[in-house]
Amino acid sequence: MMKHCLPALAKFLTSLILILFSLSTFAQEISKDAAVIKVGEELFNGNCKSCHRVKQKLVGPALAGVEDRAPSIQWIKSWIRNSAKVVASGDAYAVALYNEYNKSQMTAFNSYTDDQIMSILAYVKAEADKPEAPKGPQVTADGGGAETGASISSTYLNAIVIGMVLILVLLVIILALIISALKKYLDQKELSDEEKEVVHSPITVTTFFQSKGFIFVVVFLVASISFKTVIDGLYTVGIQQGYQPKQPIAFSHKLHAGAYEINCKYCHTGVMKGKQANIPSPNICMNCHTQIKQDSPEIQKIYAAIGYDVKTASYTGKQKPIEWVRIHNLPDLAYFNHAQHVNVGQVECQTCHGPIQEMEVVKQYSLLTMGWCVDCHRKTDVNTKGNAYYDKLIELHNSKKAMKVEDIGGLECAKCHY
Amino acid sequence: MGETKKTYWKGLEQLKNDPAFVKHADKEFAVIGAEEDRGHNRRDFLKMMGFSMAAVSLAACEAPIRKAIPYVVKPVDADAGIPNYYASTYLNGGDYCSIVVKTRDGRPIKIEGNSLSNVTQGGTSAQVEASVLSLYDNYRLRGPKVGTENASWEDLDKQVIAKLSEIASKGGQVRIVSNTVLSPSTLSVIETFKAKYPTTQHIQYDQNSSYGILKANEESFGKQFVPSYDFSKANVIVSVAADFIGTWVSPIEFTKQYAKTREVSEAKREMSRHFQFESNLSLTGANADYRSPIKPSQEGLVVAQLYNLLAAKAGKAALGASIENIKHLEQAATELWEAKGKSLVVAGSNDKAVQTVVNAINDLLGNYGTTILPNKPLNFRKGNDEQFASFVAELESGKVDGVIFYNCNPVYDHVLGGKLAEALKGVSLTVSTSYTEDETSSLSGFKAPDHHYLESWNDAEPKKNSFSLSQPAITQIFKSRQTQESFLTWAGETSSDYFALLQKNWRTWFFEKQNSVADFQTFWDKSLYDGVYELPSDEFAALEFKADLASVGSSIAGNYKAASEGFELAIYENYGVGNGSQANNPLLQELPDPITKATWDNYLTVSQKDAKAKGFSMDDGTVQMGKLNVGGKSVNIPVVVQPGQTIGTIGLALGYGRTKVGKVAENIGTNAYPFLAQVNGSISFNVTEGVNLEVTSETYRIAQTQTHETYMGRENVIQEATLAEFKEKPNAGRDYPKITKWEEKVDPAAVSLWKGHEYKNHHWGMAIDLNTCTGCAACVVACNVENNVSLVGKDEVLRRREMHWLRIDRYYSSDAKPGDFVALEKAAENPEVTFQPMLCQHCNNAPCETVCPVAATTHSTEGLNQMTYNRCIGTRYCANNCPYKVRRFNWFKYHDNQQFYQSNPAMNTDLGRMVLNPEVTVRSRGVMEKCSFCAQRIQTGKLNAKKERRPVKDGEVVTACMAACSTGAILFGDMNDPESKITKLLQIEKDEKRPYGIDKKIGNPRAYRVLEEIGVKPNIFYLTKIRNKDKEKENA
Repeated sequence: MMKHCLPALAKFLTSLILILFSLSTFAQEISKDAAVIKVGEELFNGNCKSCHRVKQKLVGPALAGVEDRAPSIQWIKSWIRNSAKVVASGDAYAVALYNEYNKSQMTAFNSYTDDQIMSILAYVKAEADKPEAPKGPQVTADGGGAETGASISSTYLNAIVIGMVLILVLLVIILALIISALKKYLDQKELSDEEKEVVHSPITVTTFFQSKGFIFVVVFLVASISFKTVIDGLYTVGIQQGYQPKQPIAFSHKLHAGAYEINCKYCHTGVMKGKQANIPSPNICMNCHTQIKQDSPEIQKIYAAIGYDVKTASYTGKQKPIEWVRIHNLPDLAYFNHAQHVNVGQVECQTCHGPIQEMEVVKQYSLLTMGWCVDCHRKTDVNTKGNAYYDKLIELHNSKKAMKVEDIGGLECAKCHY
Repeated sequence: MGETKKTYWKGLEQLKNDPAFVKHADKEFAVIGAEEDRGHNRRDFLKMMGFSMAAVSLAACEAPIRKAIPYVVKPVDADAGIPNYYASTYLNGGDYCSIVVKTRDGRPIKIEGNSLSNVTQGGTSAQVEASVLSLYDNYRLRGPKVGTENASWEDLDKQVIAKLSEIASKGGQVRIVSNTVLSPSTLSVIETFKAKYPTTQHIQYDQNSSYGILKANEESFGKQFVPSYDFSKANVIVSVAADFIGTWVSPIEFTKQYAKTREVSEAKREMSRHFQFESNLSLTGANADYRSPIKPSQEGLVVAQLYNLLAAKAGKAALGASIENIKHLEQAATELWEAKGKSLVVAGSNDKAVQTVVNAINDLLGNYGTTILPNKPLNFRKGNDEQFASFVAELESGKVDGVIFYNCNPVYDHVLGGKLAEALKGVSLTVSTSYTEDETSSLSGFKAPDHHYLESWNDAEPKKNSFSLSQPAITQIFKSRQTQESFLTWAGETSSDYFALLQKNWRTWFFEKQNSVADFQTFWDKSLYDGVYELPSDEFAALEFKADLASVGSSIAGNYKAASEGFELAIYENYGVGNGSQANNPLLQELPDPITKATWDNYLTVSQKDAKAKGFSMDDGTVQMGKLNVGGKSVNIPVVVQPGQTIGTIGLALGYGRTKVGKVAENIGTNAYPFLAQVNGSISFNVTEGVNLEVTSETYRIAQTQTHETYMGRENVIQEATLAEFKEKPNAGRDYPKITKWEEKVDPAAVSLWKGHEYKNHHWGMAIDLNTCTGCAACVVACNVENNVSLVGKDEVLRRREMHWLRIDRYYSSDAKPGDFVALEKAAENPEVTFQPMLCQHCNNAPCETVCPVAATTHSTEGLNQMTYNRCIGTRYCANNCPYKVRRFNWFKYHDNQQFYQSNPAMNTDLGRMVLNPEVTVRSRGVMEKCSFCAQRIQTGKLNAKKERRPVKDGEVVTACMAACSTGAILFGDMNDPESKITKLLQIEKDEKRPYGIDKKIGNPRAYRVLEEIGVKPNIFYLTKIRNKDKEKENA
């Protein structure tokens, strides 16, 4: 751990010094520092990737070489912050760009600081300079890890079952041997007729099925299986795992989140801020779909909802909200907050929602029962990294084991029920 | 136990040891009255069971399809589930409060004070807190009406304009009638209307009129105004029947100021001394150090005598009116004289003669410029009683052709309402802009409903040079229209956009006269964000008192009597329902009156002596009806025996007896407005002649909450001391109970069955200062709204099933020895009063937690006692085992239940449900509930800190009750945070030596826990009550 930490720390410090230095002297220089590029990569993936790629033209232009192409770095900054303003100012380059891309307007990111924009540019430059990598199938780490875990435990189980079956077969053989030995032994004795009949009574199918032991075993099995079925059935009341309703628009997460790798947070804007992740409103769709797949019948539904006329490329003002079918329904008595889990806990969306990037139609992946919640709170380490809120708790956590959510009150009733 | 033991009692029943009271006193769930016949039997049970089995299995098959409908174009600031806050202004006639409105998903759900306001300074009142429910009143008008028919705004406008032009063409008279209008822009709109119809006059009146003060100031200083008062600078406060904490002029502001003078600590061992002379026991009187009961007919003479006493010290001539033997009056005069320039005398009287003498007294004491600020006049009460009376006379003589009632209801709330109702029949144009169909609007030809204030744009000038803005927190719910726009439309203006006008006004009035902000949009956004805008106040210029005191004296001598036979009626504005304009709000109806603790009713209050003489009695809420006769008007009203009521007087609250307002308030109580009298041209709340009261054989049940929970004679619940004792010893009045062990007596903290808890991160706690708590109960309403607490209606309150999580216990006390019943009876004539907010104490060793068989109530790692509704099976063991009686059981399903349709609209109608706080579960039948320390607010505060990767800041997590408390008596915070206010107030130190439970030592000598001896170790601490009273003088 320490080995890993020290160079990282040193790197961080140097980058910090570099950043400070560059800020004070030469703010327009595009950094080549790994830490800055990392920041830029996060920002790029979170916000830009839905419309831009580095080497590929999408909704917006490919960004490789933008720093040389655009009039100035300052121009790029004002463009990112509010492109409409730059276009309105009559800037020739801006107007040409605007017209080239069918007069579609770039989302304004007016909260970006200079540093953030510079880090995005750093990332773009770094990516552009990279040699073309051979394409290969991408494997998500989460799914893989979970599957290997499950397969290990199932081989163990199989081995145990086979071993048990072998032991049982052996037992049957031993018992049969004992019976024949006993018979031989009894035959050597003087027995009455009745006794002989008992000893030599043939084990027929009828006697076997009519034996008390057999009837008991059957009744027991039937009773316990039906009992288990009823109990299991009762436990599924209100559980909608696998619920996959038909939605009014055939939106594909597989395409958007999977193939195009659009960040979940780009559309689900509330997920870092509050309770609801937010079902995206059609104006977010329109960021891209004013240009892309204009003719698709599904996209027509979005146009109908937001009141967009493709022919004139203008809004009519006639709006009709889209009525999505809600998939994840928690009972009213349970409080859940996305920000706590995704923002504070840095839990991946897939942890609860499953491989959403592979779902053509979204379904409820998890149980969403209290047991399921509690189970996770027992297993999950608290993400305390860089969060001063937890400082005191870490200090007082007197155990060698990692601090789990349950250790800081994560199983208390009034954390979710009030 | 301490030596200075007092006797405390909650009601006369307890004092008298009434058998009915004793019978129920030790019952947690006493069955009061006849048990209701539910009309169910075994067969019904089986039927229902069969049905519910079928229903459950059907419901299990398919879950209902729920929709998720996002915005089409999401506004940048609107995120589902994240509340937005808007600064705005509460305006109800002349009542004002600068507020912050919390909206969730576009719906206002909670109102809090705006601390940026210089006037209300972040304070609120019960009425302000409750007004959010009035927005969702089911009985609001859905749209404009012509006669009784629904109409469109175009139709109504066409007809109103036609009538107005007809009146104008023949030179007829038009009147606009309203309560005090605080909004300068609205006044400018009325001026526009007047310009179009020049025969228009604007008549303002107030239910709780201060016309006497306006007139007195005109007489004294040559100008009609109500000055600002600054109680915070007064060391001696004398109030003659002015309920300045409750209802007088600007109560929220005065409460704030008053509380500053009442705070004491080890560092500040001084507090103001407050004398109160009054007839009814008011909220202000209950907080006074010295309270003297007087009759209304003595009010003028008491003020005159006070002047005489001071004039003697100043070497000036006495008035020709005086009175002897008023207790504490001479002491008050002496102390006022000693505190010259740092004292304040106020009077509630609406008689200009009395108010002129009050001005003379304050002038004599040099209070102008220090505690009275005429350079910052208040605008809350501009009503002109004489003008209104002449308006009614004109109406009766047929001189007026058109009347527009702008958001007022004089048919109900004016003494001349009856005459007005008669006279209105002959008027050709009558328009009412009330948002409900009230007594006045139902008599009006046109109903042009205004928006609720939470749907409106507006501005206000509560105090000269202090301005504030109202902004809509929700789109209009119904087809109402802002009345300013109606006026502009009727005046034929081309643009009736009031918002544009408002901006234009603010541009010319304020923006163009300042230099700090360059563009108007920035200026406007800032003003709107703050909710308030201040101009520098005018310089104080010394005033010359020039009234003719001799004639004033003779007027007083003529109108008041030192001694009078027979009853006098003292009418007052009730603290909850107020002047009756918000009567249809069940939050206010179910709020117990701070003094009588009665809900859902008004009643007469009489003294014990009069009750005995006339044969009235009170047995656990059962009272006699009395036949009240005032000047020939006779009415039957229940009679409550009230300690502190002046002998020979009867109290009656305004605001009840509404006949047209909505089913919640209709026909509750008696309308007191018709009984009001007149004195020197203004309306008087005191009826001194022709009052008679006789007992009838009819009995009546008053739903009082005061005797519902008792402490079974454990007398150290309230701990108090006098200021002199406190100065000497900061822990004066404290009781230190001891637990007897084998050989020694030990501190209760040293003995415990429990292992205690470890609070690693937060340890939430609360401190309640009994000295600054005025008992106003704004916190109770705030708690109701924040936590979706059910309202149950009068019948259920009678069965002791009110659901309030937070109650204010009102104790009477006296110095009489506990066994001395004669002395106690005497003391009950004018007892001392203490208010104690009582809520779940969040015990560290909670008795409720140990008895719950299903662990539905548990302890958190942050010191909270948690209640989990979905786990509760309703054994009620916890409530039985709670020493503080703060747990509430859901005897019914209060939501979606026709039975509670009227009393609990917030859970029974689609409109009402919009007020519910989505963060808090609506509880169902059969579960227990109680104060959660606003767990949802704690969680939100923690989450915000975690999101920003920092520790929680002190003041970030505030409970609803603390936010509502104008006086700062309630303080909530993290007792583990060494920098938090509560840690500093309680002087908390770590104490590793304490063996059990809580690892903290409380250093504040005033801090105590209620029922310390039982060792439950609550997380709520109370600070002792300090009275600024001299023991010796009292006994002498």
